[in-house]
Amino acid sequence: MNVYIYILVMALVTYLIRMLPLTLIKGKIKSRFIRSFLSYVPYACLIAMTFPAVFYSAGNTIGLIAGVLVAIILALKEKGLVTVALAASLTVFLFSFINP
Amino acid sequence: MKKEFTHGLKCGIPIALGYFAVSFSLGITMVAAGISAAQGTVMSLTNLTSAGEFAGIRVIAVGGTLAEMVLTQVIINLRYSLMSLSLTQKLDPGMSLWKKLIIAFGNTDEIFAVAMSHQKSLTFRFMVGLQLLPIIGWTSGTLLGAIAGNLMPERVSIAMNVMLYGMFIAIVVPAAKKSKPVLIVACMSVVFSCLFRYVPVLNEISEGLAISICTVAAAALGAIFFPVKEHGASADSSKNDTSKK
Repeated sequence: MNVYIYILVMALVTYLIRMLPLTLIKGKIKSRFIRSFLSYVPYACLIAMTFPAVFYSAGNTIGLIAGVLVAIILALKEKGLVTVALAASLTVFLFSFINP
Repeated sequence: MKKEFTHGLKCGIPIALGYFAVSFSLGITMVAAGISAAQGTVMSLTNLTSAGEFAGIRVIAVGGTLAEMVLTQVIINLRYSLMSLSLTQKLDPGMSLWKKLIIAFGNTDEIFAVAMSHQKSLTFRFMVGLQLLPIIGWTSGTLLGAIAGNLMPERVSIAMNVMLYGMFIAIVVPAAKKSKPVLIVACMSVVFSCLFRYVPVLNEISEGLAISICTVAAAALGAIFFPVKEHGASADSSKNDTSKK
């Protein structure tokens, strides 16, 4: 089968999943439960994607742990997104020399 | 008005860099699976999702059916529905349908995360600005990975990859510091996520689906035990929760 047909199907399904809820729900949701639920979704989702997966991504584990710790400490000090992301990345980079 | 767009662009820079690194390795994977650089680039430009594309590549490589492809994509990308649903509560209330149709395209994990941590309601210009560089980074990274995969030093791409996780931490930790409910929801989410990684049978469930289940479970428990106040609808209601304590 032509690879582009697969790609078209993938793109279509992925777009519909993103688009339908965004366009079908109009205005503020009334239900207190659903509003509460949705307010927690970002945090629950981001954390589920990060832990424990980050420790299994490419790179040496000690460097990854150090990178995560640096990120958490800077985030607790409420440094910006870019600062935290770059610092975590730099830490992992430096550890790749120390502990190959 | 113009500021909204440029502000969005600026917020998109770290995402774009992280995407470049991840899609670079995606490009390498594609070529190894027999997909051409052109096909891979089109896939990244039109799909804009790491897990979904990785899974799609596998289906293509084994010559799976289109039904399999649809099922795989639905399961792995289901979390985007939750994100889009959450996003509706933060969008500029007057946003027209066609503008929503455009910004729906780039609602990825990271763009969603940054959008939700944005202090104001989300305008069309901000969202377009926010999505533009990540889309370019994701697509160009795939192309370069596919044609020149072995040129980038591995330790550089590994380090860039961690940037995305760093961003997630930068969004959740300050919110959890201010709001105990957010902290508890985050902790529950880690526990659920670990169950799907380490417990036999559960760890056979695809990562994409596992993330959706963890999200629904932790957020629902949060909503049951810590309902938000009547007027604090969005994710930045965390401040209200602290003052309540």
